[in-house]
Amino acid sequence: MSGVLNVLPYLVAAWVFLAGCYGLATSRNLIHAVGCLSVCQAGTYVLLLAVGYRDNATAPVFSDIKPGSRPVVDPVVQALTLTDIVVGATVTALLLAVVMQISKRHGTVDPDELSELRG
Amino acid sequence: MTRRGRTWLLLAAGAGLAALLVAACLKLPHFGGDRHPYGDRAVRASLARHTANTVSSVNFDQRAFDTLGEMTILFAAVVGCVVLLRQTRDEHRARPEPAEVALPVRRYALVVLPVALLSGLYVVAHGQLSPGGGFQGGVVAATALHLLYLGADHRALERVRPVGAYEVADALAASAYLVTGLAGLIGAGAFLANTLLPYGTFNTLSSGGTVPLLNAAIGMEVACAVVVLLAHFLDQAVEIEEGSGT
Repeated sequence: MSGVLNVLPYLVAAWVFLAGCYGLATSRNLIHAVGCLSVCQAGTYVLLLAVGYRDNATAPVFSDIKPGSRPVVDPVVQALTLTDIVVGATVTALLLAVVMQISKRHGTVDPDELSELRG
Repeated sequence: MTRRGRTWLLLAAGAGLAALLVAACLKLPHFGGDRHPYGDRAVRASLARHTANTVSSVNFDQRAFDTLGEMTILFAAVVGCVVLLRQTRDEHRARPEPAEVALPVRRYALVVLPVALLSGLYVVAHGQLSPGGGFQGGVVAATALHLLYLGADHRALERVRPVGAYEVADALAASAYLVTGLAGLIGAGAFLANTLLPYGTFNTLSSGGTVPLLNAAIGMEVACAVVVLLAHFLDQAVEIEEGSGT
């Protein structure tokens, strides 16, 4: 049983990522597609935090625990996750702005109807 | 290609990717294991420089150059949104009518606003000590301002939030980060080097050398960026209408 638990968080990350990819590819609405991209990114958060976890460890903050008294989880991947979230939020904002322009210029947000070029 | 064909292609490719991902997961070090060489070194370096919050130390000291890139992405995204969401020639601005707000909503929003704003500033100021920092606190402070939109109306929000000033402040905060980095280059010989300022007493507000400075710059940048972004999306939703009439 512990054999499965040893890799389960990684598999969850892969599952979340693939679910996002499926939504992205079958999306009929660009706003929905932007949401699916966020789901894909959520998979990377799960993977990063799972890589950094350590059994019986606490947060890597020493304002209320004595350094060395308890094991702490990996701070490097936590910082990477923070970077990931910030970049994800800005990319989402930019993509939503693009979707808004597409909706204004073409009158649709269905990617399948956006086949023709317009100068 | 037909929709059906595309779905089959997607499923085949997805199954292949899933198999590769599972194979990779099985080879990863076990979840919860005790071997974290980079984490251990980051904790040691952070304690040596008197920064209680190791995550802040990683972001603003050990990987400060990476955070500069991240901040640039944020700045570029804000510029991109401002350009994409501007008022075009075939649109005009309409003053939105003041809306009725239910009294409990108005009261609650106005009571919570200062508390939320203060919490945001607290989280920014204590970034080097406790969980949080410029990124998180900046978002809290910026969204706190928008309680005014919920509690009063768009016009009240616009009075406390001149977008132009926030755009300038955003650029200033980004420059402050760069200037702190350049000070490291001139004074300590390496860009963003944290050897210039004294490290201070462990677990006090002024500890960590340049970490609190960079943290504050990021807090200001993120708060201004979120305000500018939300302002432009709100303008699109509330003020800008199609048609060229005035």
